[in-house]
Amino acid sequence: MSTTVDARGLLCPEPVLLTKKAIDQLPGGSVEVIVDNPAAKENVTRLCENKGWNVMVKQQGLDYVLKFSK
Amino acid sequence: MVTGGVIGLLAVLLVKYGNLANMGYCIACFLRDISGGLGFHRAAPVQYIRPEILGMVIGAFGAALLTKEYRSVGGSSPFLRFFLAFVGMIGMLIFLGCPVRAVLRLAGGDLNAIVGIVGLVAGIGMGIYFLNRGFSLGRANVQHNLNGQVFPLVTLAITLLVLFGTQVFFVSQEGPGSMHAPVLLALGAGIIVGILAQRSRFCMIGGIRDFILFKDMHLLIGFLAMLIIAFAGNLFTGMFNPGFAGQTVAHNDGVWNFLGIALAATAVTLLGGCPLRQLIAASEGNTDCVITILGLIAGAAFAHNFGLATSPNGVPVAGQWAVVFSLILVLGLGYLGSKQFSISGGVNIEHNS
Repeated sequence: MSTTVDARGLLCPEPVLLTKKAIDQLPGGSVEVIVDNPAAKENVTRLCENKGWNVMVKQQGLDYVLKFSK
Repeated sequence: MVTGGVIGLLAVLLVKYGNLANMGYCIACFLRDISGGLGFHRAAPVQYIRPEILGMVIGAFGAALLTKEYRSVGGSSPFLRFFLAFVGMIGMLIFLGCPVRAVLRLAGGDLNAIVGIVGLVAGIGMGIYFLNRGFSLGRANVQHNLNGQVFPLVTLAITLLVLFGTQVFFVSQEGPGSMHAPVLLALGAGIIVGILAQRSRFCMIGGIRDFILFKDMHLLIGFLAMLIIAFAGNLFTGMFNPGFAGQTVAHNDGVWNFLGIALAATAVTLLGGCPLRQLIAASEGNTDCVITILGLIAGAAFAHNFGLATSPNGVPVAGQWAVVFSLILVLGLGYLGSKQFSISGGVNIEHNS
């Protein structure tokens, strides 16, 4: 199962809250988070790394696609 | 951490060179002075176009352009943002300071700031409660770049007028507005903080908020660095003056100190960041944050035009009522906002199996 969180257009802490809500339900697997500002990219990445997820960041046009796996 | 430490250091330096004690850096006080400088309120002692704010906008705008992070976005509940900023500013002018000044006041020995910081944490807790229940101001959209450029360019124009000494703005002859560091020093300090805060995403609300929400210390370290460096600086320069009574631009009415900053903290937590962070985001092209800054300036004008702000005579009765009404409105908005958005699905999580 994969989970996608679309947090585009949202300012912090909302992207982090949405991501937390998604990963708290999962023991592992893969999660994709889409954000559109660098602050959200950094904050979401920090949260997931702290919780032991691996991260891969890809820029897609104006958005950042963050792929987390555990 | 660097940004917090540098703000703490510059705050001490700015006081040394003319800014009022424990007001080396205060976004709320400076925006109130700018509101007066532009003539939006006529409280003669608090009128001055503060170059620190102008510098911050220019520094953050430049840093965002250079790092290609500048992007014009907007459309996320602009009027709600204006309103939250407006009432938040009333709260800050009852306490007499934004979250930055709460820390600087404590670093200078003003023990009333302890009550302020407790109020700050309480307000952030209240905001988090609503955020956890789904409160959202909704998504912003990408806009034509011109939208975001107007704010930094107007700021640049005002800066040039100030630098050339053009006599177009109101300037206090006495009182807090008349006490300021030299223009170039203040502008330089502003530019440094603008660049650093743009790069580090520094936020006074974010530090406590992220620690409560995610046990994340990242932004909180900046908050603590500011406190420690400013405290050390004040000790070194002999400006540390511990006590409750007789502090500069402060009062020792604990109830209103607490309620004022709690109101402000709830409002700015719902806004997503402290006034400093809003100013930086506004300079990066976020027009919703520009509206927030205008809300803060308008709130300051309203507070002074209608005698709500705390004066040397204490917290006026009208100001006390304003805090109570504003708290009811902000809490109501938080409640209704959570309900509305959790029903309409302000969040978007898709599970694909």
